[in-house]
Amino acid sequence: MTTDNAPGTYDLEAGRERTQPVALTVNGVEHRLDIPGRRLLSDALRHDLGLTGTHVGCEHGVCGACTVLLDGQPVRSCLIFAATVQGREITTVEGIGDDPEHPSPVQQAFIDSHALQCGFCTPGFITTIEAFLAENPDPSREEAREAISGNLCRCTGYQNIVTAVCRAAELKRAAGRATAGCAGCPGSGTAAGEEQP
Amino acid sequence: MTTRMFGQRIKRREDPRLVTGNGRYVDDLGTGALEAAFVRSPHAHARILDIDVSGALDVPGVVAVWTYEDLVGKLAEPLPMLLPHPAIEAPVTGHVLAKDEVNHVGEAIVMVIADDRYLAEDAASRIEVEYEFRDAVVGIEAARDGAALVHEEAPGNIAAHLVQEVGDAPGRIASAAHVLELDLDIERSASMPMEGKGVLARWNREDGSLRVHSSTQTSTGVRAALAARLDLPLNKVDVITPDVGGGFGVKINHPWPEELALGAAAKVLEREVKWTEDRREHFISSAHERQQLQRVRVGFDDDGRIAGLDVQFWHDNGAYLPYGVIVPLNTSTHILGPYDLPDYRVEYYSLYTNTVIVTPYRGAGRPQAAYLMERTMDAVADYLGRDRTEVRRRNFVREFPHPIGLTMQDGREGIYDSGDYDTSLDKLKALVGWDDFADYRREAEAAGRRVGLGIGCYVESTGAGPYEGGHIEIETTGRVNVATGLTSQGQAHQTVLAQIVADELGVPIEMVSVTTGDTRKMGYSVGTWGSRGAVMSGNAVHLTAKKVKQKALAVAGRSLEVDPADLEIVDGIVRVKGDPKAQMPLAMVSVLSNPLRYAFDDTARAATQFAGKQDETKPPIAESDKPGLEDSDFYSPVRSTFASGMHAAIVETDPETADIRILRYCVVHDCGPMINPMVVEGQVHGGVAQGVGGALYEKMAYDSSGQLLNASFMDFLMPFAAEVPEIETDHLETPSPLNPLGIKGAGEAGTIPVSAVIASAVEDAEGFPITRMPISPPELWELRRRHDAGEWPSLRRG
Ligand code: FES
Ligand code: FES
Repeated sequence: MTTDNAPGTYDLEAGRERTQPVALTVNGVEHRLDIPGRRLLSDALRHDLGLTGTHVGCEHGVCGACTVLLDGQPVRSCLIFAATVQGREITTVEGIGDDPEHPSPVQQAFIDSHALQCGFCTPGFITTIEAFLAENPDPSREEAREAISGNLCRCTGYQNIVTAVCRAAELKRAAGRATAGCAGCPGSGTAAGEEQP
Repeated sequence: MTTRMFGQRIKRREDPRLVTGNGRYVDDLGTGALEAAFVRSPHAHARILDIDVSGALDVPGVVAVWTYEDLVGKLAEPLPMLLPHPAIEAPVTGHVLAKDEVNHVGEAIVMVIADDRYLAEDAASRIEVEYEFRDAVVGIEAARDGAALVHEEAPGNIAAHLVQEVGDAPGRIASAAHVLELDLDIERSASMPMEGKGVLARWNREDGSLRVHSSTQTSTGVRAALAARLDLPLNKVDVITPDVGGGFGVKINHPWPEELALGAAAKVLEREVKWTEDRREHFISSAHERQQLQRVRVGFDDDGRIAGLDVQFWHDNGAYLPYGVIVPLNTSTHILGPYDLPDYRVEYYSLYTNTVIVTPYRGAGRPQAAYLMERTMDAVADYLGRDRTEVRRRNFVREFPHPIGLTMQDGREGIYDSGDYDTSLDKLKALVGWDDFADYRREAEAAGRRVGLGIGCYVESTGAGPYEGGHIEIETTGRVNVATGLTSQGQAHQTVLAQIVADELGVPIEMVSVTTGDTRKMGYSVGTWGSRGAVMSGNAVHLTAKKVKQKALAVAGRSLEVDPADLEIVDGIVRVKGDPKAQMPLAMVSVLSNPLRYAFDDTARAATQFAGKQDETKPPIAESDKPGLEDSDFYSPVRSTFASGMHAAIVETDPETADIRILRYCVVHDCGPMINPMVVEGQVHGGVAQGVGGALYEKMAYDSSGQLLNASFMDFLMPFAAEVPEIETDHLETPSPLNPLGIKGAGEAGTIPVSAVIASAVEDAEGFPITRMPISPPELWELRRRHDAGEWPSLRRG
C-alpha cells in the first residue's frame, strides 16, 4: 500500500477518502470505478474488480507476481496507479484464460510441465510468457530462461517453468501451424507429467 | 484392472484452478472486510514510555486502535512457548501487542483497523510512540559476550543449553592419530514465501462462533490457540487454510500475534477483519533462520575413519523463543549424517538477540548440521590427501536399523531405519562424472578458467509424529471425499493423496477429491512441517481407505449374498472375483450403507425400508456399524523415518572478479518409493534453489543497532531464474519398514546440503578453506586477498 497523508486526501465531511471516477478496460470489458487517486492498479484489479488472479508478492516492483499486460506489454501493476491507465487495454491472467476446464496454451504448458507448486507466482509468469511468446514464438531454452528471469518463484527452482515456456511455444504453434520444436530444449515435447491414464 | 496410481507422474489436480486465476488465497477472500495495519517498532531494543494514538483517530474510516492495554483476559498473556524442552533455561515469548518493551525492529505495538488498508496505514503512521533506548544485542558474538542483555530473565542471553553425548568423543579424539579443529559460520536467511502471512477473521454473532482463514501450516494449532486465548469453546472456532502461497516453515509457528489480534478484533467489532502481511512486514516481523557459529574437534586415523567428533555451536534464536529449541536440536541430532560415529559429543547454546525470531525454515537446523559435518569431512580428506568421496565412504553406516543414541525433535531416539549410502554415492559419482573431473579441470585451467567440484551428503529424519488422520466418505454419487487435517502450501497433496486413495479403493482418480487444512472437515491434525505430509497423511488416508473398502465389501457382500472376501473393487465397481456379472457400483454400495426412511431421489429409493428383502431379526444398522460409507483412521509412527541424499556441484569462479557460477548441480535422493516422481523432483528443484540462495546470495544484513538493512526484494537477493542452475536428479527408492507405504519425506531434502556442497566446490576451485557461508563475490575476493597476503591458509591437497 502507499501511504499518503497529503491534504485533500480525505473528504472529512463524508468521513471517507476522496475518490474519482476511473474507467478501466480489463480483459476487453470496460469498468467504471469510483476510487481514490492513489489506488494501485493491483488493488483495483483484485479488490474493486474481484480479479484476484493477479497476486501481490512485494509491492515494490521486484517479484513480478502482479504482472499484467498493458496494451500487450508486461507491467507491474503494483507500481501503477489505476487512475493513470484509463483508456489502455489491460489483460490479466483471467483474460488469458479463466476456465479451468479449458486453459490457454501457456496455462496448459504449466500444467504439463509441473511448472507451479503453490501457484502464487504463476499468474505473473503466465502474463509475462504470453507477451514474450507473442514476440518470440520459437525461443531456445536459454531465451526462455532469460524471458522469465525478471519474476521470482520461491517454490519451483524455475527449471520446470523454463520447460513450460518451450512447451507453451510448442502448443501455440500446434494450435496454429505445425513447425519444428523448441531448439535445444530437452524438456520440450516431453512434459514432466505424462498423460493421465 | 485400474492402473496403479502410486508411482505415476500424475499431473497435478490443483493446477487447472491455479493457472487460470481461480486460486483462492487469504487476501482473495473477504471482500469488503475491514483491514488491519500495525505500528511496528523501528527500534531493536527499547522500553515503551508512551503511546499517543490521538492522531490516528482523525483519519476517516478508522474503526479501532488497539494497544496492549486493550487486550483482555488471556489475550494479554505472553504468547505460548509451543515446544517445551528440558534444555530451555529461560523461555521468553512476546505478546500479541508489545507490553512495555520491544525486542526487535518490527515487533507489533499498535493495531489499527479501518475501512481499508490504505486508511489503516495512514492512521498507523500518525501514532506516536515514545521510547527509552536500550543497548541492542545483535549477532552471536554480542549475545555470547553477554555484556548487554536482551531479557533480564535470561542471563548471558542464554535461552537454552544442551549437551548430548554418545560414547567418549573427547577420549577417542585424544588418542586419535590425527586431530583437526574447525571454526565455521553460517548466516541468516529466511523462508520468504511469495505470499506473506494473512488472516481473515469473521465473528458470527448469531451463534457466537469464530471462523478464521489463515495462511498457516497448521489450522488445528491456530484453532486451539484461538479458542484458548479468546476463551471460546473449541467447537465455536473453525480455522480454514485456503490456498497458501508457500510456507517453507515460517507459517508453522503459531499463533502469530496477528492471528490472535484479528480473531479478537472480529469478535469485539462483530465485523469481518483482514490482515495481509506486506513484504516489509514479512522481513521484519515473521521469522528467520540458519545463523550459527560452530566449533568442531575431530580425531581420525590415516584412512580417514573418524574416531571421535566433539562439537560446540551457538545458535541465534532472535528476540523470543516461541518455537523452542527445534532448530538447534535438529542441528545437534543431524550432524552425524550418513556416518557411523559411535563417539560423538555436542553442546549448544541457543541465544537471544534483538533480531527477528528464529523458527524453522526448510531444513530447520539440518542444513547447518550438514554444513558442519561435510566441511569436516572435506577437511579430513584434505588433511590426508585422500579423495573426498573415499573418506566419506570409509565412515558410512551400512547396517540398519542404526540407532544413533540421540533423542530427536519428536522425543524419540533417532534410529536410521533404512538407506543405501554406498549406492547413493556410486550414483552421484556417475551422475556428476566425479572420476573425470581432474581431466575437466585441467582443460579448464588450460583455458584460463578456474573450476571446482563439491559434494555434500546428509540424512534427514522425516515424517515425525505424533499423528495425522484421514477421513473418507463415499457419496451416493460415487464421489470420494477425502479429508486430512494438515495444510497444503504447494506440495500437491490434492494429487498425491488422491493417488493413494484411488489405488486402495479401486476408483478412478477423477472421482476422488481431497480437502486439507479445514478444521470443519478434520479436527485432529498436527500440521505440515518436517517433510511429514506424504508420510503422515499419505499413510493415514491409505489406512482409512482400507477401512472404508472393508466396509464397502461387507455391505456389497450382504446385498450380493457373497462372502466379502470374494469381492474386489475395480474402476469403482464392486464385483465378485472371476464373475464380473455379479457386481454393483460403489455409488450403490454407498446408498445401501445408509438405510433410509425417505426416498428423495431414485437412488435413495433403493435404501428405503420396503425396497428389498430384509433380515427382520437384525437391526437395519448392524451392531458395531455406522450408517454411511465413511470412516476415519489415523497414522501414528513409533519414530521418524530417515531419508537421505547426496549432492554434487561444479562451480566456476572468475579469476578476476571472484564471481561464482554453478555450472552443474547433481542430486541423488532417496525418499523411499515415490508416490509421484514428478512432484518429488519439483520438491528437489525448489529445495535446491532455496539452498543456492542460502549459499550464494541471501543473508539478513543487520547493522549493529539491529536495523535490517535489506528488508526488501531489491536488497535481499533471492535467486531469479538466471541464478539457479539446471538440476540433474537420480533417485534411489529404499523403502522404510516403519510405515505401510514405505515412504519417507522429501520436502526439505533439496535444501539441506547445498551450502555444504557449494562451500566444498568453491574451496576446491580456490585451494583455500571456506568456513563461512553464504559467500558472495566480494567475500571471496577478500579471502583471495588475505590468502595471497599469507593471512589465510592454503588447502594441503595432501
Ligand atoms: S507485487 Fe508487483 S512486483 Fe511484486
Ligand atoms: S509456485 Fe510458489 S512461488 Fe512459484
